[in-house]
Amino acid sequence: MDLKLPNPVRPAFVKTEHDDAVIVNIGPSHPATHGTVQIIAALDGEKVLRADVHCGYLHRGFEKECEDHTWHNLIPYVDRLNYCSALINDFAYCDAVEQLMGVAITPRARYLRTLLAEYSRLADHLTCVAATLMELGAMTAFLYLVMIRDYIYEHIADLTGARVTYSYGRIGGLARDLPAGWTARLVAILDQYEDFIGRVHGLVDRNRIFIDRMRNVGVITTEDAINWGYTGPILRSTGAPRDLRKDTPYLAYAELDFEVPVGIKGDNYDRYYVRMREMDESVHMIRQLVDMLPAGPINVDDPRCVLPEKSLVYGEIESLITHFKLIMDGPRVPAGEIYVAHEGANGELGFYLVSDGSGTPYKVHVRAPSFVHMGGAHRMLEGYQLADVVPTFGSINMIGGECDR
Amino acid sequence: MAASILDTVAGELDPAGTGSTLAHGTLVLVVPAAQLRGTVERLKAEFGFDLFLDVTAVDWPRDELRFEVVYHFYATTHRVRVRVKTRVPAADPTVDSLTFLYGSARFMERECHEMYGIAFRGNDDLRPILLYEGFKGHPLRKDYPKQQEQPLVPYRK
Repeated sequence: MDLKLPNPVRPAFVKTEHDDAVIVNIGPSHPATHGTVQIIAALDGEKVLRADVHCGYLHRGFEKECEDHTWHNLIPYVDRLNYCSALINDFAYCDAVEQLMGVAITPRARYLRTLLAEYSRLADHLTCVAATLMELGAMTAFLYLVMIRDYIYEHIADLTGARVTYSYGRIGGLARDLPAGWTARLVAILDQYEDFIGRVHGLVDRNRIFIDRMRNVGVITTEDAINWGYTGPILRSTGAPRDLRKDTPYLAYAELDFEVPVGIKGDNYDRYYVRMREMDESVHMIRQLVDMLPAGPINVDDPRCVLPEKSLVYGEIESLITHFKLIMDGPRVPAGEIYVAHEGANGELGFYLVSDGSGTPYKVHVRAPSFVHMGGAHRMLEGYQLADVVPTFGSINMIGGECDR
Repeated sequence: MAASILDTVAGELDPAGTGSTLAHGTLVLVVPAAQLRGTVERLKAEFGFDLFLDVTAVDWPRDELRFEVVYHFYATTHRVRVRVKTRVPAADPTVDSLTFLYGSARFMERECHEMYGIAFRGNDDLRPILLYEGFKGHPLRKDYPKQQEQPLVPYRK
């Protein structure tokens, strides 16, 4: 048997300009990078001269698969894009389909989606900050943050039945309403969050080692960030207050009081701090939403997309037929195209949908922030030390599921 | 304000009013492939569409101009979106690359190239990005069978 395996990538360079530079390969499976990404770097000593970033190791044909399922069947797939904040993907996708169908969701669903999107953003930022800190050796801070994240996961599991990939959004509403006592536990978790986030601030913010590793490392300017398509916390860390929740408000964001935290110079420290501050803003929003949450149904009364109640399905023929048609043929979405973007935890998460009027999408395209961010990642790696690749890559927060689709 | 800037853009870039529509708050401009470069240059320079969000394609196998290349732009100052669409034939699916205007076009054009086989004239780096070297065909074309397998390493018997 021929054991020589083909190389899946072709590096952008195989020679370097200076004689004393060496080319090393980092990844795709490296213990210090959370995410399967391959970086081919030319090094002068420990300094990265040039970096060639390759992704695609988690590609699973998401967009091709989508063209073969009904609109409803895609919800578990979109969950698996950014698996750290799956609910944001769910709601962005459902919002896009609803706008194409001309469906307006109920007030309770709108507020609940906003609340859960912020709760997911909290979990996502906790994961990102915790992982970055752990890679720099801050094990205590990591455990504090991941403990809170696990409370959140367990708490969302009480609502959705799953810890990570929830399949909770529905076209026209949500899968189920809040269980009894859910908001009481939510308030308790937020109080614990504040206690532990204070400890993390105390442990790392003014820590000499942390500052030396993060300050002035992986710097990107606002012009560069916009040129390379950066959105979300990375763009905000450069000082540009661009946030879709404020700029083009969707769901219930127009009614909420919150700030858009920005950084000073777009380095790793700013990205860490922007995420920390954004979590505080999310908590502030969740507390407002708990008070604002109206009573009422969570699904619209529209037989084009919402399944009839189970008792009716078993009891009357019309509901049985509606149920059957919705499951087998899928909801009929009028022919057309739409691009809907939500502020994901990493940046602008856009869904471009094309419908030909049937129950199956003609095309689904995801504008995944992580993929775009990988396109400009070399700008933040070049000129810094090899060891800086780890915190810089951590602060970009590349999520393989949405990057590689 | 958002609507008025889009009206201005539509009036300037499509004076005849035949190739532009406003759908779901996004201005849609349909331009011939030859005018793509000029249109986007003006969008960026005159109207502040500084964020290149996305490029993808839609495959319409029955049409003479089979591929519809779809771009999305966002103006961070005006907070509005524009979608630019152009059609290219299957025999010569070539459009001008926008890498000279936007850095982010590099990765996204690579993806569109491997998935649909659109050639971006002027992008010097169209290596596979999500797929691997040596992958045959363009998987998001409608005539690529979903179940087709091309394992890089042969399956064990």
